Amino acid sequence: MSENGAPIDKRGAKMVDPKLLEILVCPLTKGPLRYDAEAGELISDKAGLAYPIRDGIPIMLVDEGRRLEGAGEGGVG
Amino acid sequence: MTDADTMIVFDRGLVRRRRERAAAAFAGYRFLFDEVAERLAERLEMVRRAFPCALDLGRHETGAGRLARATKGVEVLVSCDLAPQAVTAGGMAVVADEEYLPFADASFDLVVSTLGLHWVNDLPGALIQIRRALRPDGFFIAAMLGGETLVELRRCLVDAELAVSGGVSPRVSPLAGLADAGHLLRRAGFALPVVDAETVTVTYPDVFRLFADLRGMGETNATWARPRTPTKRAVFMEAARRYADVFAEPDGRLPVTFEIIHLAGWAPAPNQQQPLRPGSGQTPLAEILAVP
Repeated sequence: MSENGAPIDKRGAKMVDPKLLEILVCPLTKGPLRYDAEAGELISDKAGLAYPIRDGIPIMLVDEGRRLEGAGEGGVG
Repeated sequence: MTDADTMIVFDRGLVRRRRERAAAAFAGYRFLFDEVAERLAERLEMVRRAFPCALDLGRHETGAGRLARATKGVEVLVSCDLAPQAVTAGGMAVVADEEYLPFADASFDLVVSTLGLHWVNDLPGALIQIRRALRPDGFFIAAMLGGETLVELRRCLVDAELAVSGGVSPRVSPLAGLADAGHLLRRAGFALPVVDAETVTVTYPDVFRLFADLRGMGETNATWARPRTPTKRAVFMEAARRYADVFAEPDGRLPVTFEIIHLAGWAPAPNQQQPLRPGSGQTPLAEILAVP
């Protein structure tokens, strides 16, 4: 556990609570998200955006989302 | 109404930056938020129900969700704000825009918002998204600043600017009125909606302390139409003079009005109380009134 209580993965990065992942959707499309633990991103294929996770906190802002290059490019996870 | 729905009144990016900047020293300016959160929690206390999964929308540190945690059987509490500094990472925190909520339908038993909704451009849209994020028979309770807020300051700034510059620019946010709040709740599909307003009056030694507090709270002007050029000092001096002249109390302190609008409503569910259909009565009124 980190100092703020969030669980930590092997590399020491704070992880997002699985219960939270269950209820999060893309703010733009309300479609499902894929959790890319490696990149620390939540990916909305429908919107073509990857939302960053900073310090264990998902940043679900459209302006902060990374635009995915092509349809095939987003499939990291 | 459609034009108003899409009207951009507030600069959301600026709202966010204001909150981020205020976060570090927020403890010194949180009195209003604490006061409102306590009042909200008291109201929540009266709802005899446990809320296992709750969403605290807006600054978590001072949100009523934190207070409700102990009393309302909250097991999962998600805190959500526009600024990362305003959510505490103690468990589940999300940075999100109230205008674009990132939650699946029917996720929560309770949504609480403490002074978080008055900077939202699309309030009808935000309320609809909140209602959808609630499970059937889920509860929404919020406190937001109402149109009577800073009524004295608004008047003095308008008068001062007219006197000094011969024109007026928007300096205090437009805020929803009590009647609007009721209509919006109903329009967003909430069942059994309740709204009411109360006034909190804070007194200040002078208007400059009030300005400092508003800045500290991250609540200074973020309207799109705000003046983009520095305001003449004379405008503020004149406003300060007028405020003291018109509103000062016998001891010289200046009263400042904050109107708090309380909203509450339920996500519809079949087992809730429903009005009877017209014409479905069985007993003629004449019988009850014993009309011969």
